[in-house]
Amino acid sequence: MAQDPANNLRLLGLSEAIAKRWHWQVNVSIDADLSRCYVEGDRDRLPELCRWLIYDLEYGLGSLIVEETEGDWLLRYIFYGEPAGEQVHLGVRFNKKENTVPSISTIIHAANWHEREAHDLFGLVFEGHPRLINIVRHEEWPAGIHPLRQDFDASQPYPHLQVDSWRPNGVVQAPGAFMMPIGPVYADAAESALFLLESVGEDVIRTSPRFFYKFRGVEKIAEGQPLDRVLLLAERFSGTSAFAHSLAFCQAVETICQVKAPARAQALRVAFAELERFRHHVAAIAGVCNSTALAVATSQAGILEEEALRLCGSLLGHRYLFGLNLPGGVACDLDDRQIDVLSSGVQTIFRKLERLYNLLRYSSSFLDRLEEVGLVTKEQARDYGLVGPIARASGLARDLRKVLPYAAYGEVSFEVPKEEEGDGYARLRLLFREAEQSVNILGSLLSSLPIGEIAAPDLALKPGAALGWAEAPRGAAFHWLRIDEAGVVRRYHLTTPSFTNWHGFHFAAEDFAYQDFPIILASFGLSNAECDR
Amino acid sequence: MWEWVWEGIRQGIVTTGYPARAETAAGVSPGFPSGLPRTFTDPEEAETLAACCPSEALVREGRQVIFRDQRCIHCYRCLRRIAPPQEWRWQGNYEWAVSPRPRAELAKKFDKSFRRSLHLRVIDAGACGACLSEIEQLNKPYYNMHRLGFFLTPTPRDADLLLVAGPVTEHMRLPLLKAYEAMPAPKAVLALGACAIYGGVFGSSFASLGGVSSLIPVDILVPGCPPPPLAILHALLALVGRAEPHRCESIASPQGGESHV
Repeated sequence: MAQDPANNLRLLGLSEAIAKRWHWQVNVSIDADLSRCYVEGDRDRLPELCRWLIYDLEYGLGSLIVEETEGDWLLRYIFYGEPAGEQVHLGVRFNKKENTVPSISTIIHAANWHEREAHDLFGLVFEGHPRLINIVRHEEWPAGIHPLRQDFDASQPYPHLQVDSWRPNGVVQAPGAFMMPIGPVYADAAESALFLLESVGEDVIRTSPRFFYKFRGVEKIAEGQPLDRVLLLAERFSGTSAFAHSLAFCQAVETICQVKAPARAQALRVAFAELERFRHHVAAIAGVCNSTALAVATSQAGILEEEALRLCGSLLGHRYLFGLNLPGGVACDLDDRQIDVLSSGVQTIFRKLERLYNLLRYSSSFLDRLEEVGLVTKEQARDYGLVGPIARASGLARDLRKVLPYAAYGEVSFEVPKEEEGDGYARLRLLFREAEQSVNILGSLLSSLPIGEIAAPDLALKPGAALGWAEAPRGAAFHWLRIDEAGVVRRYHLTTPSFTNWHGFHFAAEDFAYQDFPIILASFGLSNAECDR
Repeated sequence: MWEWVWEGIRQGIVTTGYPARAETAAGVSPGFPSGLPRTFTDPEEAETLAACCPSEALVREGRQVIFRDQRCIHCYRCLRRIAPPQEWRWQGNYEWAVSPRPRAELAKKFDKSFRRSLHLRVIDAGACGACLSEIEQLNKPYYNMHRLGFFLTPTPRDADLLLVAGPVTEHMRLPLLKAYEAMPAPKAVLALGACAIYGGVFGSSFASLGGVSSLIPVDILVPGCPPPPLAILHALLALVGRAEPHRCESIASPQGGESHV
């Protein structure tokens, strides 16, 4: 959130360009503090504005947020640029009696699932959407019930239909074609999701996934709750990326209340976030090794993962870094001894990780199973707005830590690694390289932590709404939060990297040999808890 | 491939000595808040302490504050909010398994036939991923549950025990029931973590049932958010009669321990 004069100039130029082009048709305002340009226009202007932002200015779509007010629908499309440090929010407001809005999925694929989700949860109709069917609600939900609408009572258990009627719909029409369902209960400790593998023999032609088995309605149950309760939801809806999500949430609160976390808290947040990324990547590497049935490597990576968990647990009280973030700072400080333990602990684990990497990259039978498996091209990654290590392994160096720097990321120097091939091996290499960057950030940061408080003294609550974001281990996470005067949450919307990236998963799972499926899945390393919310 | 053989030998054994010896390594468990004052002269002070707990793990009774481990989610807000604030300290405990029925009934279920070999099927009924990650650790060298005769199995038809994590979402109700019904008798259910016990931070809502016991009978439960691997190991040992459960008490779920099956 650093203010950069070049950013402000770009922001000003952008707002002028929009005002000139859509004279009298849109309202443009800029917020220099947040590096944000807000454009509000009519529904009919939406497609051309989106087309201009995406094709002429090369912005990417971050999220679509739907809010329901007394009499209006308020849709907010969030765009952010690759090299630029500003965001463009495109607002569309219309009367609640109507529920149709032009779809932008035909302009940008990335909007597809966002629109389907809004259709499912709010009952909005996106005209021209290629496949506007349910995504969140399964067959247990009666038609016409939209759980995120204001008139839906979420405090009571909802009487779902007791049906077992869902049958997969095959797409491949050929003699001998059959469908192999995997899930929702499958493999050892895999998360619940269903994958339908369509095949006419040996090779799988296409995969259709079905998600939201784990839909806990986090966004709805947050409504009407005080901030300290919602903080628990924000960090615990996805336990393997808890710190990043709690950070995005806390930053949204801080933006609304115009509070700045002290410098030491900002630096500690970066340290904890990198510690989490490091642990996550080690776990993901263990997952890839396991999927290729390379027992010794799986064990080695498993040992390193447990060592990282113990390091977190012994220093910060929780193996998965729960309970560390507070709006306005962090709850836990590190003394000099702990800092030494942390930096030497991470270094030790990293040296062993490097050793593992050097063994893996000369194991030809292992590489055979990863190379050219699960391909995602750069164009596909861009069209689908993929984020995180998956996008970066396909040549799209998109990272919120660089694009929209938050906490102390503006002050630390690090690289955003990038690979070009977009296959399983590129994704694995990227995990190793990012883990290395995390260790470097931790090393330079911990040796010069600013001195001072770890939390802002008091947080005066203000009503308002804001976007918080963080580069979670799996990619970009956006948290939209609206609170009222009493600090009660009115709307909470989560855009998670797993949701964004599962949307592009089918590219990787096309035309492959059946036995490669676990490898493709592991090299994506996504979480259903994070996707389903 | 010889390098891998050599690498395995070079690494040596890292596996914990538990249950033969207590595990003392730092960071193996988050632990419950300890060192909290429990008795107050002023009931209001007790109320203040109890009120800072978001999961109702601390409850005031008169001038005392009662701690209910089944509901604790290790947020440490109690420790950080009392004056003077206390820093988290690990007390070296992880044997947390609670049996919802008397000790004798627990032993009866499996008799002695399953003492040396028990097959587990994990069901993710809406877990956040941390519980599942801790189960995975059990399969890895530091905990290696195979050495104690516990095995993960891919199908409920081969399973003796269902390990259920998460608050049981409405969308997972049917898969969970189907898995339970597919298991051969005798079968047992382990509720893993605060979510599976009472719904955890998600509670019972329009989208989740708020605990496993509202759908199928639970035989043993492990508090924690998430329960560390050693706590899960202790529960497994307690289930087959090779360890004592920490306590026998009914489930602290809002609906009580009633079963609909």
